[in-house]
Order: sequence, then structure tokens, then C-alpha cells
Amino acid sequence: MDQTAWWASGSFWRKAAIWVTGVSMVALVFLSLDSLVKISAGSQRVPAYTVINHRIDYVFNEERRVQQPQIGPEQPLFGRKLDAEQAEALVRQGKLTVQAKNCMDCHTLLGNGAYFAPDLTKAWLDPLWGAANEREQQMVDFMLDPTDKPHNVLGRRMPNLHLTRDEAQAVTGFLKWMSAIDTNGFPYNFTSMKQEN
Amino acid sequence: MAALGEISLSNLNGGQKLALKYYALAGVLFAAQLLFGLIAGLQYLMPDLLFGVLDFSINRMVHINALVVWLLCGFIGSVYWLLEEEAQHPVVGLKLGNLVFWAFASVVAVVVLVYLLVQTGSGEAATIWLITEGREYIEAPRWADIAIVASVLVFFYNVAATFTKGRFTGIAGVLVLDLIALFGLYLAGMFYTTNISVDQFWWWWVIHLWVEATWEVLVGAILAYGLMKTLGARREIVETWLYVEVALMFGSGILGLGHHYFWIGTPEYWLSIGGFFSALEPIPLVAMTVHAVYDSGTHRMRNTNHPAFAWIIAAAFGNFLGAGVWGFMHTLPQINLFTHGTQWTASHGHLAFFGAFATVNIAFFYLAMQKLRGDVWMGGALPDHGWKWKWSFGLLNIGMLGMTVALLVAGYVQSHLERAIGGSSWSAYFEAQGHPWFQQGIWWREVFGVLMVAGFGLLVWDLLTAGRREARVIESLSPA
Repeated sequence: MDQTAWWASGSFWRKAAIWVTGVSMVALVFLSLDSLVKISAGSQRVPAYTVINHRIDYVFNEERRVQQPQIGPEQPLFGRKLDAEQAEALVRQGKLTVQAKNCMDCHTLLGNGAYFAPDLTKAWLDPLWGAANEREQQMVDFMLDPTDKPHNVLGRRMPNLHLTRDEAQAVTGFLKWMSAIDTNGFPYNFTSMKQEN
Repeated sequence: MAALGEISLSNLNGGQKLALKYYALAGVLFAAQLLFGLIAGLQYLMPDLLFGVLDFSINRMVHINALVVWLLCGFIGSVYWLLEEEAQHPVVGLKLGNLVFWAFASVVAVVVLVYLLVQTGSGEAATIWLITEGREYIEAPRWADIAIVASVLVFFYNVAATFTKGRFTGIAGVLVLDLIALFGLYLAGMFYTTNISVDQFWWWWVIHLWVEATWEVLVGAILAYGLMKTLGARREIVETWLYVEVALMFGSGILGLGHHYFWIGTPEYWLSIGGFFSALEPIPLVAMTVHAVYDSGTHRMRNTNHPAFAWIIAAAFGNFLGAGVWGFMHTLPQINLFTHGTQWTASHGHLAFFGAFATVNIAFFYLAMQKLRGDVWMGGALPDHGWKWKWSFGLLNIGMLGMTVALLVAGYVQSHLERAIGGSSWSAYFEAQGHPWFQQGIWWREVFGVLMVAGFGLLVWDLLTAGRREARVIESLSPA
């Protein structure tokens, strides 16, 4: 039999390829438009930058069966309450510093990056910083001079990336804001720092 | 006319001469990838190694950037390699193409030097423009992004215009449309935003829609040509398979993007969409393997270039295993919640990049060397039983499989101890990192990495010497 069946012919599959690609792209574009609205800063899932003026907890949601951020009463970062513009400027500088220092090639952020150092998604809430009232200063001090504070018995250390105090404070602001993003329960089973009620 | 078995550029057409330059650059960057990978791997075991001089972040950045660029160089080279034969027309802007190659190579050299010597900058926009963008895989500073875009535009013009002026085959159609998508997507990674969820949303458009969609289709088109060259497979058959693969690849891969949107702040509906479509992603890879095996069978494995053909078969299976099986293993959100951002990802990444892409480039290096020596014999009964290509093939593949399994073991330990049991805190992270099983995995990764380096050395030696003093011409294939 010389005649190729329709389902095995090049022309059928060429058309199939074009249609499948087109439909998938259109679906992706619509989903993206919806998602981008839902993850804009100030949305329910990704809070406004002024969230750094508040206490942030990570609590288990019985209905979703995952942990989710809970925004609490005012608890300004470094004791300074920032307006929307100032808060955005601080987080912006923090994020720029995170990129400029190439943090993502050792750490993961939202689980993406390298695996040589701990995930930073909920770093703000990690018990390792000790008490909640010392955390901000601990984080800044660590970033300014991390080389002799290994946090582990492996001998793995963070190099001194020569951050200025302003940059270290901005990174702290960025990390606090990031911890308030609803990540559908990632990282799983996170043990949050104890914060006094 | 050079004698058979001697290296002579006169054996190549214009596009192929240009391809050779891209292949050479690819080879250098492949070596850099291995070197910096070895150092980064050693730093897991010896944290003080080069501490404060060449830190892990820098080595890892060079390791993965060299990977991306050497694979791209290989692809660009392979497209130039097949362009004139496929279009039956000389490359339209060859001079410009050559000029752009040198510009591209210079940009790469400057970027790497800045990575190594300047390393990081202060937290301001200038750093992102001049030193590093600090976003995994696309760390290149913005000035280099713009230079890369300009370079690829010239490349795209050369491809599209040459096919348009010459013969526009099915392979040509897929290549041209795919390249538009591939290079267009790069633009999605060229902006700064403070909102990290939005940042990673678009970042994945570049990374995922490259490696799990447009790159896969690109190597599909390149392999279609490779199968015609090595096996004498019929155009009608390889082109139909190519369309099948495009339909399945884009049908699963475009919305499969959703598996990167599980945990970055994006809505919960991505858990279902991403889980479903990424579960389908292995299907085109099965089709590719079936295609390669089927074609080989119909030709009774008779082929014109044994090393190249072996690497093509390695590509079919490597793609299926590395991208398909290893990807599927942790793609459903129910398991990805535990494995995301652990050594599982490293395990999958290593085998997928190597199996799907590196193998195809190596196959084309062999096709290039065969033609460069005047279409010499590279079939069976090679001098010394072809031990060099066989050993390098074995060492590279076993090295990669070994690394993959070793990293997977480390990944099991990490996801279990750190995530499932430990509470995902920093102390749980370090607890898992220090566990003897994790450490064993990391040790074995390094050992198999050394095997790969040995395989690479042999590969280079073989590529430079295969076919030397060969008196037989390339085997002629009767059509199946």
C-alpha cells in the first residue's frame, strides 16, 4: 500500500503542530494576564511593600492544609515606619543588592537558584536568628561580616560580599517582604521562629 | 584539492566554515563548564577551597553560563552547518555572519573576565547593566544581553533569508519559526522588577520555554538533518516525525511551564495545569526515541559516521531519560513540594542538559570533522577499533549517569531530612547537608565528574585525529 494514511501524513501533522502551538500560546497568554494581576505587589498573594511595617507570621490553614503568611499588627522594621514610597525604595534596593551580589548562585529564592546555601524564601522567619526582637540586627550584622559565623559544622561559610550597612538593611527589608508572599505552602512544614503574642 | 584524510577548509561550504568557528568556541566553553563545575563540586567537600577568591557562587555562575553559551554556540554552528545544503543556496550574509561571530566571541570573553575579576557590584542598577544581572542562567549583564540580541538577529536573518532565497524545506520552516520564538523569548528576561514573583514569572518564560520547548524543537530539526546524513533516512519520514514532535513538544511544553509556577506566589490553579501538562512532557521524548530506533532499524544500523550516530542515539535516550523520566519523577506538585530547590533539581538538570543537548552538539562535531577531512570513512573497522571515540563516549556517558544518580541520592536525603522531617529551616538544611548519605552522594558526584573530564580529553583528542591518514571515502548508503 503506497498511500499514506491521513494520520501518518506530513501535512496532517504540520497542521496539528501549528494548531496545537497556537492554542497553547493563546491559553498561556490568558493565564499569564490573570496571574500577573494576582501577583502584583499589593495583591492578596503578594503583599504591598509596606507589609514590612507589620509583624509577619506563617500559620497553618486548616482548609488549604498548608501554611500561609499572616499579616499582624504594626511592627516596623528597624523601628521606623515607612510610607509606601519609602518601603518600595527600600525593598527595591534590597532586591537590587540580592542580584548585584549574586545571592542566587548559592542560595535559592522561592526555591530557585543554587543549593549550596539555605533557601531564603522564609529567611525572615527562621528560628536561627534567635529572638524576634534581635533578628533585624542579627541579620544586618551577619551580612556585614559573615565569614566567621558559619552556622554549621560543615565549614561552609558565606564570603564577605562587602555590603554597606544601607544595603544590608535593604536586603533585610526585602527578605521580610518576601516572607509575606503566599507560596502555596512552600517550603513544606516550615518551622517558624517563635514570636511573642 | 587536499588529499583525503587531511584537514582542509576547502572541503567545506561557506556556512560550514563559519559553523566550525562556533564549534571551536563551543568546545572551549565546554571545557570551561567542566573545569568550573569540578571546582564548585569540590567546594561542597572542601569549603575553604578558594574561599574569598573564587567563591562557589562565581564558579557556579561560570559553570552554568558556559553551559548555556556552549550549547547555543553548538546549535548556531549546526544550523550554519546544514544551512547551505538544506537551502541549496549559499548563506546570504556570510561576511556579516563572520563579523558577528567575532563580536559574539569577544562579548563572551569580556563577560567571563568580568565574572572572574570583578565578580559582584554594589546594589544599584549600574551593576545589572555592567557586571551581572544576578539571575540564575541569565546572569549576563544587560549590555551583553543587547549585544547577544543584535548577534542573534543577524544569525536569524541569515537563516531566514538563505532559506527564502533557496529551498524552503519542512526542516527550514520549523527552524525559522522556532528561532523567532527562541530569540523573542530572550527579551522576556531583559528587565528589572522589584517584585520577585513577577521577576521569576518572566524569568521562567526564558528558561523553561527555551530548554523545554524551543531548544527541544531546535535540536529536533537539527537531528532530522543528522538522521538523513548518517542513516540516509528519507526526508518525508524525518519531516513528518519532526511535525509530530513539534505538536507534542509545544502541546505539552508551553503549558508545562506551569510546573515552575507552583511556589513562586502564583495562583493555585497552576498546580493542576502545571502538573497535568508537565506530566505529558515525556511523550514527545518517547516519540523521539521511537523515531530514532525505528529509523535505525529500517536501515539495519548501517550509517556513515559511527561516532556521530552513537551520539545521536545517546541523544534520543539521554533526552528521554534526563528530561523525560528525571523530569517526570518530581514534576507533580505533590512531590515537587518536597524536592523543589534540592539536589533533585541538580540531578535532573545535569542529565537533561547533557542528554538532550550536549549529545547532539557532539554528534555534529563528528560530522564536521568527517567532512573537514574530505568526507573520509567513519563507519566500522576504524583504525585501533576506534577506541578513542568509544572510550570517550563511555566515559562521558557513564560519568554523567554516575553524577546524576549520585546527586539524586543526595536529593533524596535532602528532601526527606530537610523538608519532610526537619521543618525546612536553616538548621534542618545544614543537618541534611551534613548527613553521611548526602556527603557520599556529593563525593561520588565529584568522582564521576572526573570521569567526564577524562572523557572530554579523549573526545578532543579523537576529534582532532579521527580520519587522519584514512584512505577510504565515506560509505555510500542505498536508500531504504
